[in-house]
Amino acid sequence: MSTHEQTVTSHVHRDDEGSRMGMWLFLFTELILFGGMFFIYSVYRYLHHDDFHVAAKNMNVLIGTANTIILLTSSMTIAVSIAAMQRGKKMLSLTLQSITVIFGFIFLVNKYFEWTAEIGHGNYPGSPELVNQNAGQILFFGLYYVMTGLHGLHVIVGMIVIIFMMRFTMKDIITPDSYVKLEAAGLYWHLVDIIWIFLFPLFYLIT
Amino acid sequence: MSADAAAINQNGHESYLEYKGKYKGIFAWILSTDHKRIGILYMVALLTWFIAGMVLGGLIRLELISPGRDIVDPQTYNAFFTLHGVIMLFIFVIPGIPAVFGNFFLPIMLGAKDVAFPRLNLFSWYLYMTGGILVILAILLPGGAPDTGWTFYIPYSIRTNTNMIITLTAVFILGFSSILTGLNFITTIHRLRAPKMGWFKMPLFAWALYATGWIQVIVTPIIGITLLLVIVERVFSVGLFDPALGGDPILFQHLFWIYSHPAVYIMAVPAMGVISEIIPTFARRTIFGYKFIAFSSIAIAVFGSLVWAHHMFAAGMTDTAEFVFSLLTFLVAIPSAVKVFNWTATLYKGSIELDPPMLYALAFIFLFSIGGLTGVIQGVLSVDIHITDTYFIVGHIHYVVFGTAGFGIFASLHYWLPKMIGKMYNIAHAKVAFWILFIGFNFLYFPFFIMGWLGMPRRSYDYLPEYHVYHLISTIGSWVMIAGILYMFYNLLISVFKGKRITDKNIWGGETLEWFVDTPPTLENFDEEPEINDPYAYKQNEIEAEEVR
Repeated sequence: MSTHEQTVTSHVHRDDEGSRMGMWLFLFTELILFGGMFFIYSVYRYLHHDDFHVAAKNMNVLIGTANTIILLTSSMTIAVSIAAMQRGKKMLSLTLQSITVIFGFIFLVNKYFEWTAEIGHGNYPGSPELVNQNAGQILFFGLYYVMTGLHGLHVIVGMIVIIFMMRFTMKDIITPDSYVKLEAAGLYWHLVDIIWIFLFPLFYLIT
Repeated sequence: MSADAAAINQNGHESYLEYKGKYKGIFAWILSTDHKRIGILYMVALLTWFIAGMVLGGLIRLELISPGRDIVDPQTYNAFFTLHGVIMLFIFVIPGIPAVFGNFFLPIMLGAKDVAFPRLNLFSWYLYMTGGILVILAILLPGGAPDTGWTFYIPYSIRTNTNMIITLTAVFILGFSSILTGLNFITTIHRLRAPKMGWFKMPLFAWALYATGWIQVIVTPIIGITLLLVIVERVFSVGLFDPALGGDPILFQHLFWIYSHPAVYIMAVPAMGVISEIIPTFARRTIFGYKFIAFSSIAIAVFGSLVWAHHMFAAGMTDTAEFVFSLLTFLVAIPSAVKVFNWTATLYKGSIELDPPMLYALAFIFLFSIGGLTGVIQGVLSVDIHITDTYFIVGHIHYVVFGTAGFGIFASLHYWLPKMIGKMYNIAHAKVAFWILFIGFNFLYFPFFIMGWLGMPRRSYDYLPEYHVYHLISTIGSWVMIAGILYMFYNLLISVFKGKRITDKNIWGGETLEWFVDTPPTLENFDEEPEINDPYAYKQNEIEAEEVR
């Protein structure tokens, strides 16, 4: 559009403002997608208030807290990587992007140990222990696995997206003049972070 | 004029149909990011699915021609009405007008070269096709076709042994395709309007697509997550909806209708946009109350998202909730009525030409009025309890969905297809086909209201003899309507292959931008920056044009 000059070499239409708008709309749909589950969570927590408290005692607050810190830090690194790109520091940006991916990976490793421990305690859908519990506890763990599972999928997708961004940075497709792709990836990663910020208190801190 | 001369315009640009890109043959289409080609791709797929859905509907009617078994067993019958619903709603009318005519004409109407995200647009089409193929797999794979009805109500949808997971995945993917189309259109309307195309110089079809885009973006994720949870429920039995594990099946119904009620507007609002284009064109008169029509689309989007629980009055709710949802249901009728009054006011003192698109548009107003008013009746709590799950509902949904989205698509086909392919259909045949279709439609669906009121339950394989006469009339009506539809498609199809080639830019004398580009349009739609006029100022524009001459 008028605010952006078209590149001479390619005739591809470029509209950074439009791309950002598209990305925000997409994030909006993601929020509503998770919103559906938060809605279900709130209904069942209202109906089975006490059971949710009992079940939440099984959560490992230490790992949860560690993961919160890890994700928050990773949000910072991806934000700084965009700032570095804007200032033309390609290597710094690349390093920060890779650190973000590593943080994402550590988050998933923690999640793996956490899930394994829970499954070891018999807290998984359809387990002999859980079936004998109250409905509220079954629902708590059902929601726990579904919501953190879907969030985990988003972490994986976010990592893949950032790996692509690293490739684009190396190939100079993302440059200090044209970094809207990296910005969009950053926005997506922040979304992943924000959802976790709500998951953490709802599952770990309600005891 | 010879074919070659018609293919190239005065600036030496060939039409989008003849443009040769990187790829050849079929790949020139299925890898094209041109919004016009994608529109045609959608059209071919959609109409093919429509025929499939129509055949299923015809078979349902045939089974119900008399009490007892006629052609299929009950299980097959259940699969028939489920697939008829899934195909017609999720694969035909929901993508419907936006995917075909929105894709083709929205950028042209705004004075743009393409949509905001052309590659995403093609990706949406692939998602759509994937969803369609999964539905075919759900029919063919061992396990059997889904038999829950298109509403997938819990607990049956987690108990049945038919191919539910694959069907739910299909609808999930179709929803994703719908979201991306909506996102694309919203961004296109915000960012790609021609410099002088202000918000209130946009054609009303663009306004309708804008409202629809927001509904798609806001509510479709809800059905996505809900169906995903049903899949998870089936695979891992987590208990979120399963009453045996403490879940609440009514919660599923809420989540389902939070999407599926607004989905009615995803179908209807674009069709209303089409009618708002056709009526002024064939009445040769400025649209009455432009801003009212534009804002009523937005009002429908807002109110329509808040009325979902009126599908569940009999499912168990507090009295307060029932009153609130009943009131909101009445309110949503207001913006719809605003549109109907504005259309009829536009006709007043117009020079009306009864060409095929206008016939479909007028039928739309008639059918939508019946469908809409029978909907208002159901908003009355006491009446709703009486007619819940009867044929009255089935009649209402067919008048609303087929009467608006279906007739909207037929109207669009007759209005825009000549522009899209540069060939004209036979107008006399189109008119005859319309009347057969319209009469068949009313014979098919009107008896539903009567037998529903008398208590005939919907989705039933068998029925009491007292309902026989209504079912018989309805089934005969279905034959008439199918004959009309086939006649209409035959007429259009013949025009695609053998029709008279036209190069006239403005076939119907419309004032929106698509009538000022070549027929068929060139690859980049416009050779120069288009001149933006008031889209409906017929007399004024004509006088100004006269002065210029």
